[in-house]
Amino acid sequence: MNLELFKPEITLAATAVLVILLDLFVQQKSITKYLSLAGIIVAGVFAALMSGSDGSALFNNMVAADSFAVFFKLLFLGIAFLVILGSSDYENKFANFKSEYYALILLSTLGMILMASATDLITIYVALELASVSLYVLVSLLKDKKSTEAAIKYLLLGAVASAVLLYGMALVFGSTGETQLTAITQAVQAAGINSPAFYVGVVLMIGGFGFKIAAVPFQMWVPDVYEGAPTTVTGYLSVGSKAAGFAVILRVFFSAFGMPFTMSHDWGIIFAVLAVVSMIVGNVAAIPQTNIKRMLGYSSIAQAGYLMVGLATFGVAMSSTMYAESGVLFFLVSYALTNLGAFIAIVIISDKINSDNIADYAGMGKRSPLMALALTLCLISLIGIPPAAGFMAKFYIFSLAAQNGLLWLVIIAAINSVISAYYYLRVVKVMWFNSAPSKEKVPSSVLPKVALAICCAGVLLLGIIPGLMMKLAELASRIFTA
Amino acid sequence: MDFNWLSTILFLPAAGAIVIALIKGKDEKLYKWLAAVFTAIPLALAIYLFVAFDRTAGGIQFEESYLWISPLNSYYHLGVDGLSLPLMLLTTFLGFLAVLISWKVTSRPREFFAWLLLLETSIIGVFVSLDLLLFFIMWEIEVIPMYFLISVWGSGRKGYSATKYVIYTLLGSAFMLAGILSLYFTTGSLSMVDIANGGLGMVQAAMPAAAIFWLLFIGFAVKLPMFPLHTWLPDAHTDAPTAVSVMLAGVLIKMGGYGMIRLCVSMFPSQAQEYAQILIILALIGIIYGAAVTLMQKDIKRMIAYSSISHMGYVLLGIFALGEVSLTGASLQMFSHGIVTGLLFAMAGLIIHNVEVRDLTKLGGLAKQIPIIMVVFVIAGLASLGLPTTSGFAAEFLVFLGSYTSNVVAHLNVYTIIAIIGVVLTAGYILWMLQQAFHGPVKKEFNKVKDADGLERFYMFALVAVIMLVGIYPAVLTDVFKVGIEPIVKLIGG
Repeated sequence: MNLELFKPEITLAATAVLVILLDLFVQQKSITKYLSLAGIIVAGVFAALMSGSDGSALFNNMVAADSFAVFFKLLFLGIAFLVILGSSDYENKFANFKSEYYALILLSTLGMILMASATDLITIYVALELASVSLYVLVSLLKDKKSTEAAIKYLLLGAVASAVLLYGMALVFGSTGETQLTAITQAVQAAGINSPAFYVGVVLMIGGFGFKIAAVPFQMWVPDVYEGAPTTVTGYLSVGSKAAGFAVILRVFFSAFGMPFTMSHDWGIIFAVLAVVSMIVGNVAAIPQTNIKRMLGYSSIAQAGYLMVGLATFGVAMSSTMYAESGVLFFLVSYALTNLGAFIAIVIISDKINSDNIADYAGMGKRSPLMALALTLCLISLIGIPPAAGFMAKFYIFSLAAQNGLLWLVIIAAINSVISAYYYLRVVKVMWFNSAPSKEKVPSSVLPKVALAICCAGVLLLGIIPGLMMKLAELASRIFTA
Repeated sequence: MDFNWLSTILFLPAAGAIVIALIKGKDEKLYKWLAAVFTAIPLALAIYLFVAFDRTAGGIQFEESYLWISPLNSYYHLGVDGLSLPLMLLTTFLGFLAVLISWKVTSRPREFFAWLLLLETSIIGVFVSLDLLLFFIMWEIEVIPMYFLISVWGSGRKGYSATKYVIYTLLGSAFMLAGILSLYFTTGSLSMVDIANGGLGMVQAAMPAAAIFWLLFIGFAVKLPMFPLHTWLPDAHTDAPTAVSVMLAGVLIKMGGYGMIRLCVSMFPSQAQEYAQILIILALIGIIYGAAVTLMQKDIKRMIAYSSISHMGYVLLGIFALGEVSLTGASLQMFSHGIVTGLLFAMAGLIIHNVEVRDLTKLGGLAKQIPIIMVVFVIAGLASLGLPTTSGFAAEFLVFLGSYTSNVVAHLNVYTIIAIIGVVLTAGYILWMLQQAFHGPVKKEFNKVKDADGLERFYMFALVAVIMLVGIYPAVLTDVFKVGIEPIVKLIGG
């Protein structure tokens, strides 16, 4: 056992506990915020130092510490860092629960990190629950009617999804006698398992994970939860939870169900179909929305659809040497920056105007041009227009899909991007072309602005010189070529 | 090449946009002068390149190539050949004039000039990119400035027109993206030069070349615009501010024709031949239908907008007649239409600004009150209907000559004769427009209307001079176009 490789996780857990304990003794609550940020930075340094250690495993092969895991560690830590920075003003809404808020974010990040590194069905389930339960509480933290309702919905549906996932895992275990991902694949290969129970198990697992990534038809919770949750939590949920879901799907479906090719091809097609319905449902349902958080909720369903184009490629092209998964990783990074940027801008703006209605964003371009510009950039990135990161991400994922015979899927996805332009641009239009009800500027403290600046700089950087991040993504997905 | 000429031309307007957006102070004059300077330098450089271009060597010149995104094997690759150089020159020319034309913009001038300059960069980028990814990025970026320019500074149903424009363009580019991706995965390269030279030898059975051809073609056909994908154009042109109409009609829709020649024809010569018949028929419908609809218009800008559909039909006809003469004619028609329609829109904008009436039936007798505008408008109109000694004549003559003698499609000479009917219709609406606006009884309410001032005279005469120059001595352009088109014709095998 090599605890060296577990340092980032230990740091995070310790910071979370410390934050809660400290809350009892100090009056100056902002200390807990800075402590959380410091913990994340330290964990990030530890994670970055691990980047060379390929193929190491911990706890009897239950957790991996490979480059894929490191990539996601850094991604989740970055997301948590930006969310905490962006919450500096918003935290006042949590009254007495500020420290709990930060501790829960840390714990949920820990869960997501473990999800990306877990290599055993049991650890996957535990990690997923750690991430989910923290999120249920976070969603309810506003303590008003909407927030509580959202949390209850999320909890009930999440519990059902967990049950489905667990049932799927049980069936897979029942057919193969293994819980470890690589052992499952070996068992399938050796015994030539093709029993219906096993396949039902795989499909149920797709359902369970589909809930996490908000794929249609497991998306019912999204609009209500996105609308009711505290806006910072919505932002965190929309990128963190989704990225964790994709990380776990990539690893499970490669390690456990990647062989034989007939099977990977089959689930590749399942993901292709899910991608199509997610894109269409997400984009079409987003059009009539008047609440910006709800709209971004549907938009995140559509974005999950684009990401699943990458998963479909991953399944269909399992036998080829191309790194289909690096497209998914690059897209996740770009999506994280873009969506977090959008949500941080929304947090800052709605704090002033006290509304999430798109119509109330009127004249934002005149009131706070820089804020409006930042939100515009993020929305343009979500549409996928260059020079924003969203374009490169789509181009990368689509080019890999087109290379592997999924051109029909690419055409559907590209047309969906056009549909999405309509509702994203409506927000842009309201901000820049409608007249403002007042001339007051939108105030904000420094930290959220810094977070927003980081997001926007990242979006532009990934859009103009994406080569480096693509290299990193390829490096991280190298474990899939073994 | 030691100095990165093309990068300088490409990014100067964008740099100007950033400077204008960030500079302190509220002096409107300052923005205008900055915009003028940041578009004048690229124009001067483009003229220099046009002169320095080696017409005997041909090929791609002033090349710049740097590795850009290694995982995608994409290069920052710029260069111009005989085909793209004049179009780049046209873009910088109209970009500079568009700033002068907008000199009287008073509403939010800082943003206006920043977007206008950004628009110029993206259009230049389309003409000078030799990497498919870079080309596509430039093609897409143009949407954002256009959206803002039309919906903030436009008139009439500007929000509707701007959104319609964006949706049409993005829909076209969705198909084009699929086409570019399939090109990329069949050839493994994003370099336009390599793909055109290497041909599609590696095309797999799974993805027939014909499908790629059509995917790309739809993207360009929306922009050209080709009948029946043209319906965004009248709305966008009519509701856009004058300078943007000039850019839109002058160079933006030329991106479609350029893309067809550069990608569809030179990469898929056999598919181009195979489908020439249907495309030429669509071109004819565009010519006749566009001209017929133009005859019905009463709004002065809408009329010019519809005439573009008809004129771009000649471009399509010239391209898919697939001969050296016809392709040269099509390219020249693109250039000529750019300056002629640019001038027409500038004049229409001036009338709308000075007279404050845009309905042709309410105008009349203006010849006495605004003689200078009248004279220039008449010259532009006559150039548009293709009177000899104007650029319109040279271009249309080459198109008809080329298509009449081409034998890529059976009975092309009959088609050509039908197309020539379009010229008669053009004469009809142009003369009617001139008559409605300038002749008839003098109306007293227009007595105080101002004629063109010094600045306006400057850009009018600059455009008229170019129209005349190209009309009297078309070789100044055709010599260059030929250098670019010869290798493409060789690929076709004609």
